[in-house]
Amino acid sequence: MSSDVRFTDFKSDKQPTWCPGCGDFGTMNGMMKALANTGNNPDNTFIVAGIGCSGKIGTYMHSYALHGVHGRALPVGTGVKLANPELEVMVAGGDGDGYSIGAGHFVHAVRRNVDMSYIVMDNRIYGLTKGQASPTSREDFETSTTPEGPQQPPVNPLALALASGGTFIAQSFSTDAQRHAEIVQKAIEHDGFGFVNVFSPCVTFNDVDTYDYFRDSLVDVAESGHDPTDYDAAKGKILDAEKEYQGVLWQNESAVAYDQKHSITQDMSAVDSGAPDGAMDLVREFY
Amino acid sequence: MPADFNWAIGGEAGDGIDSTGKIFAQALSRAGRHVFTSKDFASRIRGGYTAYKVRTAVDPVQSVVDRLDVLIALTPRTIKENHDELHEGSVIIYDGERTTMENVEIPDGMVGLDVPLKRLAEEAGGAIMRNVVALGAACAVADFPIENLDSALEKRFGSKGQSLVENNKEAARSGRDYVGSEYHNEFDYSLETTDADYVLLNGDEAIGMGAIAAGCKFYAGYPITPATNVMEYLTGRIEQFGGHVLQAEDELSAINIALGAARAGARAMTATSGPGIDLMTETFGLIGTSETPLVIADVMRSGPSTGMPTKQEQGDLNMLLYGGHGEIPRFVVAPTTIAECFWKTVEAFNLAEKYQTPVYLAADLAMAVTERTFSPETFDMDDVEIERGKVVDESTIDQWQNEKSQFQPHALTDDGISPRAFPGTTGGAHMSTGLEHDELGRRTEDTDMRVEQVDKRTRKVETARREEDLTPRSFGSEDAPNLVISWGSNEGAMVEAMSILDERGIDVHFLSVPYLFPRYNLTEAIDEAETVIAVECNATGQFANVIEHDALSRVNRVNKYDGVRFKADELASKIEQTIDTASSAGTNEETETTEITQ
Repeated sequence: MSSDVRFTDFKSDKQPTWCPGCGDFGTMNGMMKALANTGNNPDNTFIVAGIGCSGKIGTYMHSYALHGVHGRALPVGTGVKLANPELEVMVAGGDGDGYSIGAGHFVHAVRRNVDMSYIVMDNRIYGLTKGQASPTSREDFETSTTPEGPQQPPVNPLALALASGGTFIAQSFSTDAQRHAEIVQKAIEHDGFGFVNVFSPCVTFNDVDTYDYFRDSLVDVAESGHDPTDYDAAKGKILDAEKEYQGVLWQNESAVAYDQKHSITQDMSAVDSGAPDGAMDLVREFY
Repeated sequence: MPADFNWAIGGEAGDGIDSTGKIFAQALSRAGRHVFTSKDFASRIRGGYTAYKVRTAVDPVQSVVDRLDVLIALTPRTIKENHDELHEGSVIIYDGERTTMENVEIPDGMVGLDVPLKRLAEEAGGAIMRNVVALGAACAVADFPIENLDSALEKRFGSKGQSLVENNKEAARSGRDYVGSEYHNEFDYSLETTDADYVLLNGDEAIGMGAIAAGCKFYAGYPITPATNVMEYLTGRIEQFGGHVLQAEDELSAINIALGAARAGARAMTATSGPGIDLMTETFGLIGTSETPLVIADVMRSGPSTGMPTKQEQGDLNMLLYGGHGEIPRFVVAPTTIAECFWKTVEAFNLAEKYQTPVYLAADLAMAVTERTFSPETFDMDDVEIERGKVVDESTIDQWQNEKSQFQPHALTDDGISPRAFPGTTGGAHMSTGLEHDELGRRTEDTDMRVEQVDKRTRKVETARREEDLTPRSFGSEDAPNLVISWGSNEGAMVEAMSILDERGIDVHFLSVPYLFPRYNLTEAIDEAETVIAVECNATGQFANVIEHDALSRVNRVNKYDGVRFKADELASKIEQTIDTASSAGTNEETETTEITQ
């Protein structure tokens, strides 16, 4: 791909309507940088966006894109990638989209391990509907629909991914621009399903999981010499409820992606002008 | 001697009923006879009653009838279940040495052939071949040369080794010989063979084969009776044509995976049954508004809810016509025969891409799990034509870009159809969305653009009405005083019913309607007929309601919703009865609803 692609080429001429200060700005910038750094361009890139504030990302980026049904972004991305493996497919959504209404698809997309990336803007709140509990909200987080908090433990998306056989599990912070872009780039480069949970704070409705909170509590695993190919070490950090980690926590480099296992290498968009050669053999099978 | 011969094998699920029946059907087909099969089966892996029925004749057969000439009964219940179809002289083959069959009562006037199926099978190499012994016995009764079974046995068992094939051939012959020596072959049947070559396939297989013929490269689905066979057919075959089958975690995912593949430019489809359509309806609006070509086969079964999963019904029509919130242009195409399952699937892909809409292929259980013989030319692949619609490439894309060189996937056009650029096309990068959008595919709430986009999508339907031939299939004389209108798999039974009615002096014009939306205007035909009857497998007359609305005229109804398909003789009687009642009422104002129950 041409080396003169700049990350701003992935920016559309539509101005985001996210609240000033929203974490999604930083998340999106990192995605664009990572796409440009990996040699992609808008014409070979397909973004699938979920529903919610984060789902608007398809409009603000310039690429081929589909903004679909709430919770079903991963299946769409799966179909796009398998029908044309030459495309760079990136699925983006929020914590509600991915871990609540789409939780079933998350588990299966992780275990299917199609070669694409999944970027979740996790703000631990439902923003677009103006502040209800999300699947990653804290147990005592008071909202309009949960006045005493959800009273159920939050989903641990990294643990869910690990238990589902994830091959690339990472976490980043939208405002740590360089690290975030680096981590997303690694997810793109991973031969398989590259999953990044991005802390992407909501400045309007979440006064608990704020920029300050993440800045104070985040521990970058790169600084402690974490080896992401060490399963036990990865498991230990992913299940550690006391800390919030940034970085690539787990990567299975020997896993083979679904597309490779099924030898899917060709763009399937071409169709013959009539029935394909050999189709009459199908009829003869019924003798 | 009757022109057709009706045979069945019945027992418990797990008794090998299906594969035995299939061997017999295949043997008849290979002997140049026409075959029409049907199954009675339950939603369970073992136990329960299950049967495989074969109707065969030298001339084409396209329906089941209320008559059984030879029945292989592995259980007493098999005799009870088929009591009404058995007649004076019907032959019942059973194994009197089987504990449950020791004291079985053969109804008066019928011929019981006690054949030691298990013992003879053991002598030939294993008790498991007892059904094949029964097949041999049936061949003797039907005076059908046993050699015809051999190639069907080869096909069934060849992959497991030649000795197994030989054992089975021997088992068949021992059954034949036993009947010959004990019962002296004094039966009134003789199954003539011909030199004709036929293929034998069911509707699900025809849909799958149609998909491959149409260049479908991607299938995503979730197993559900009676649509699973489409997926099983494609698995292992579509790959040879560069495609892929993916079993998704649920129908919500299946349709979105197929949608993704279609967005990438592949011809894509999914198939399911009513409960799956319920889930897929969530995404139906997105397919319509993002203007994505997608084929969705609904192989209908009895509903609502889990209903009767292995029984026939045409109860999903309302959902296919109207399902989904908001207003979504669509095609609803209902194949009327197994061969049409093939051709309408091919056409569904063309319609989907030409109009960039979802296409529902409305099949039903009665043809999906039924096999029928056709001449191989019926599926002449040279007749398959592919139309991809307005696909643009790098050389033509600039015609569809705005002044900022942005591609417009939802450009407003006279025919309602916009250009389509596959991802990877330089200069074509664009988004689409389930939100109302502008020509660029970006969200808008602008009132003018909203109206323009709705109108644009709606214009596709008008374009289709203008450009597509939506004429129904017509049988009998257009001048007949009685008009029967039906859709889906009822065609075969109705066509045979017409011969029966003809013998009774009742003249019927029959319109079998494959295009349910957009559809042919039936007003003129309805106005000109004295008596109009809509025939369908549901309780409320969903298609009758639609045509009454179109024609502003009342129609009579023949409905069946007991889970069993129409049978030709039964349908003929109901049509006759309905005509009698309607004409004695003397006016078309008072209409008749006839419900058929067992």
